[in-house]
Amino acid sequence: MAPAEAAPLSERASRARQVGEVLLAVDNITLRFGGVAALTNISFDIRQGEIRAIIGPNGAGKSSMLNVINGFYHPQEGRITYQGKTRARMRPHEAAKRGIGRTFQNIALFKGMTTLDNIMTGRVLKMHAGFLAQVVYLGRAKQEELAHRAAVERIIDFLEIQAIRNQPVGKLPYGLQKRVELGRALATEPTLLLLDEPMAGMNLEEKEDMCRFILDANEEFGTTIALIEHDMGVVMDISDRVVVLDYGRKLADGSPDVVRGDPAVIDAYLGVSHD
Amino acid sequence: MELFATYVLGPLGEMADNPAGVVETVIGGLGNGFLYALVAIGFVIIFKSSGVFNFAQGAMVFFAALNFAGLLELGLPWYLAGPLALGAMFLFAVLVERVALRPLVGQSQLTLFMATIGISFLLQGFGEAIWGGNPHLLKVGLPEDSLFAIDYAWGQALGLDIIIQQSDLLAIATGLVMVGGLFLFFQFSRVGRALRAVADDHAAAMSVGIPLQHMWIAVWALSGLAAFVAATIWGTKIQIEPTMINLALKALPVLILGGLTSIPGAVIGGCIIGISELLFETYWGQPLFGGATTEWFAYLLTVPVLLIRPQGLFGERLIERV
Repeated sequence: MAPAEAAPLSERASRARQVGEVLLAVDNITLRFGGVAALTNISFDIRQGEIRAIIGPNGAGKSSMLNVINGFYHPQEGRITYQGKTRARMRPHEAAKRGIGRTFQNIALFKGMTTLDNIMTGRVLKMHAGFLAQVVYLGRAKQEELAHRAAVERIIDFLEIQAIRNQPVGKLPYGLQKRVELGRALATEPTLLLLDEPMAGMNLEEKEDMCRFILDANEEFGTTIALIEHDMGVVMDISDRVVVLDYGRKLADGSPDVVRGDPAVIDAYLGVSHD
Repeated sequence: MELFATYVLGPLGEMADNPAGVVETVIGGLGNGFLYALVAIGFVIIFKSSGVFNFAQGAMVFFAALNFAGLLELGLPWYLAGPLALGAMFLFAVLVERVALRPLVGQSQLTLFMATIGISFLLQGFGEAIWGGNPHLLKVGLPEDSLFAIDYAWGQALGLDIIIQQSDLLAIATGLVMVGGLFLFFQFSRVGRALRAVADDHAAAMSVGIPLQHMWIAVWALSGLAAFVAATIWGTKIQIEPTMINLALKALPVLILGGLTSIPGAVIGGCIIGISELLFETYWGQPLFGGATTEWFAYLLTVPVLLIRPQGLFGERLIERV
């Protein structure tokens, strides 16, 4: 059953109460590649517990925005405030350490590894036992390994991918790879999860499954989610607030209903008549 | 027919007449093979996790040997000189990451390869600037005498009337320990798992919090360790001088044979090349071709491998989209 279909309105209403303080705010971000401005003066915030969508036509700068948030790109201007700490740029592994997880538009899995190992890499930051202890597999290392395995098993159950746990992910169908990638991101126990087109290229059934996982992760684990998505139906259904980008500038920001009615947004998507 | 008798029956007959000699040759070849493998493993560690083909691996062996030998000549005991020389390799790893790799992030593999050629010359020059250009001896008291197997109970039990170089046994044992240790490290340790992840996908590895720059240091330090171990054992066999770098290039045919991304492949490739080149030298090279065939035999062996199985015996097949 997909909650997204069942009761989108009450769903949103119930979640709206959980939405809390500002978790992340980007402030006047400008990102240039040489002379090309990918992002110009972008500001918006993401609140604790919400599902925040970033939409816009191709080339609007949506992926660049996520890459700025988790530190793959370093903006020339602007500030990022995450969990109350303001900085000019993030660094990827620090972002991960501080609870920002993500998936990628073009699936970036460890293709040689199994589903289980892939999700297990999400636990790397949380493992502490020394190398020797791990090799002899004794005491603390053993307990730790078991605890991490248990956490990974919970995610595997959650995403309903028990059947493929020991298969190398390179051979899995596209939809399942996307799911494993979500699993790896969830294994890091992110506070803020960035999803770059989690449903691109999926059929309707796969999309519904993915919607359900996203909503469940948001509700059960309290994960704040920022996602880029092209399917307007999905965006309007599951997100609390939407920010719209076009040509690297912010076009609109607000609840799905407000954004949907915004003339500038309609123009950007449908084109403007110049007569 | 006459050719067949000279080049096939003759050597084979000689092998059949003296099987103990064949066993000796094979063990000697294994000893050399494991030394090549130790150098090749250093290549594999770096190539697997960063895609950088490290031309400087041979120079790293030379540099490690030179530091070790130089410190011993200063009068330091081996238990101080060894860790110091090893420490120099770790320092080198940090410098490589900071000075060469970090500024070149995102450049093509060819650029990085060229950088490692530069590093190779730099290491050789720097090492010689410090310790002088004369050949050095690296004597750390590792056993180098010959064993007469028949003098031992196990030798008599097996009826082995052969001579074994202890340095060969040492190379084989060290190689096996090294491979076993690396296997455990990559398979079970946190850093090992992180390195496997980095080898697969850089961006994804960073997204789960693996610090890429620390990982570069870790792989270069690991291959520095492999170079140090190879240098120490090699020092029991040969003098420490720049020609060592050419000898270390024997790791290239080993890699072509075993595959660029497989540590077991490097060992098996090393064994195949070590054994076959010494057998060829002993039974064909010296009697028929005037000797010194080990200089080129390994490279000749790679030609059919490249024709039939270019990714090597254990390498991953690289499929490139055209």
